[in-house]
Amino acid sequence: MKIIVCIKQVPDTVEVKIDPKTGTLIRDGVPSIINYDDKTGIEAALQLKEQLGGTVTVVSMGPPQAEVALREALAMGCDDAYLVSAREFGGSDTYATSGILAGAVKTIGYDMIITGRQAIDGDTAQVGPQLAEKLSIPQVSYVEEVFEATEEYVVVKRQFESGYHKVKIQTPCLLTAIAELAEPRYMSVRGIVEAYEKEIKTIGFEDIKDGLELDMIGLKGSPTNVYQSFTKELKGAGTVLKDLSVEEAVAAIIQKMEDKFII
Amino acid sequence: MSKGIFVVIEQVNGKVQNVGLELVGESTRLKEDLKDDVVAVLLGHNMESQVDKLFHYGADKVILVDDAMLENYATEPYTKAITAIVNEYDPEIMLFGASSIGRDVAPRVASRVKTGLVADTTGLRMAKTEAEFAKEASMGCTDPTRALLMTRPAFGGNIMATLMCPRTKPQMATVRPGVMKRIEKDTTKTGELIKFPIEFTAADMNIEILDVVKADKKSVDLTEATMIVSGGRGVGNAEGFSYIRDMADALGAEVGSSRACVDAQWIEKDRQVGQTGKTVRPLLYMACGISGAIQHVAGMENSEVVISINKNESAPIFEVSDLGIVGDLKVILPKLAEAVRKYKEAKASN
Repeated sequence: MKIIVCIKQVPDTVEVKIDPKTGTLIRDGVPSIINYDDKTGIEAALQLKEQLGGTVTVVSMGPPQAEVALREALAMGCDDAYLVSAREFGGSDTYATSGILAGAVKTIGYDMIITGRQAIDGDTAQVGPQLAEKLSIPQVSYVEEVFEATEEYVVVKRQFESGYHKVKIQTPCLLTAIAELAEPRYMSVRGIVEAYEKEIKTIGFEDIKDGLELDMIGLKGSPTNVYQSFTKELKGAGTVLKDLSVEEAVAAIIQKMEDKFII
Repeated sequence: MSKGIFVVIEQVNGKVQNVGLELVGESTRLKEDLKDDVVAVLLGHNMESQVDKLFHYGADKVILVDDAMLENYATEPYTKAITAIVNEYDPEIMLFGASSIGRDVAPRVASRVKTGLVADTTGLRMAKTEAEFAKEASMGCTDPTRALLMTRPAFGGNIMATLMCPRTKPQMATVRPGVMKRIEKDTTKTGELIKFPIEFTAADMNIEILDVVKADKKSVDLTEATMIVSGGRGVGNAEGFSYIRDMADALGAEVGSSRACVDAQWIEKDRQVGQTGKTVRPLLYMACGISGAIQHVAGMENSEVVISINKNESAPIFEVSDLGIVGDLKVILPKLAEAVRKYKEAKASN
């Protein structure tokens, strides 16, 4: 089984500040990590490989610094790594990103693709399904368990708010991983050493441009655009009420929950 | 020209889910500016009994696709049906619930019809100001007066971003459940029912659903919870957590705790919120008998709304609370739980 895991490098903390002058995110100085759900996806892929044989290839689209995330994935045991990076790709929304990733994974080849459900910075959960659509392959998202795996198909547990489906899906296919699916392993010392001996291959614009919708990539081509971003209003010192009767206290709380659309 | 505010209604086991009615309600508000019809799109099998409800809550039209293949959610049949509707009706706007179904099918549809999709929005409005029109126009929008501005949290809710989809239609968004408001039910209201036929083939069901399991509401990870009722030292003892549990039950919330209660073994470790516990960002964090040590606050300060109850009026928790009540949780919570249950009953029968 040839498995590709798509990963994203994300800021380690959600305490990302916004530049008051430009209104853009200040990412400098914020340590970067492999997105949690993606790391779960790596672990799930490694377990499938241990069971079925084959290879695990890790792919990340991002700036050259994303190489660090790819090295970590190699140190966990992935066989090879590709960085998808070009100036033309910068500023892509999920539609554009999935188009570019589709171009990249087609050149690599796969039986199965695993992505994390969503990234902690954007929280969209869209790139996985959109990538599957671009590749015209079936998907199961929100996968929390693999019941059975063969070269031809997998049987997985698909989580819903109201329960779950047990789903059989033929390869080639795409799965999106949630935290319950697997507990990511640590990098091994041998893995770390080997990771630095391996070459990270780069896929650039020229390598895949023939397969791309050229008017729908990057900042300009993305169908959605940011109109403005702003930090959420700081929580002002709220109201503190004392010497209320129980009824008054209850009424005040109900009122607040109603105002905030909580109930 | 693209026309209509379309809402893809989520149904589970043949029942329309709340988020669909919320989005129909929100669409009636968008309609005040856009003047287009609100069209509910209902997919499923033997769903006709649910149609009137959609009219009662504000839909002008309902498009019903009925097929056995749509009984349980599966990505491809749903994508195919919604895509066919987009191609037939050319909607201006199309909304989905940001649920585990909406977030699976909406991206697939958006890619298939080649348009943008904004995820997990919490605010929607039509562009209104000259500045907004100018920005839309500069990005290639041909009719900025019909442009939708979609606001969503990012970076764990620390940053809000307003997005637009200027050049492609429909303007699509998934909307976070529980944020938009239903309108008052009007049982006299009717509308146009359109039965939309789709020819499905066996190949459309490209997965095999082997089993459909309904779960009891399983306890979710606190970091994913939309509401948390949390107890601190003021709860008094392990038995005191029954007040917290009952309150959580009334709201449909999860139970959280400060470190002190975990150390005292009043409650399990996985309930701990704070620097050494979990960082949570629920819609509602209700802090009961929690003083608000800085380590605890670090774990919950990004909650959307904080309501706290504490006997001590100088408790630091009040400084990070939207609403603070100085009082005894053991007196207030039972009455509050009762009031919440009554409120919900009234709302459900409405």
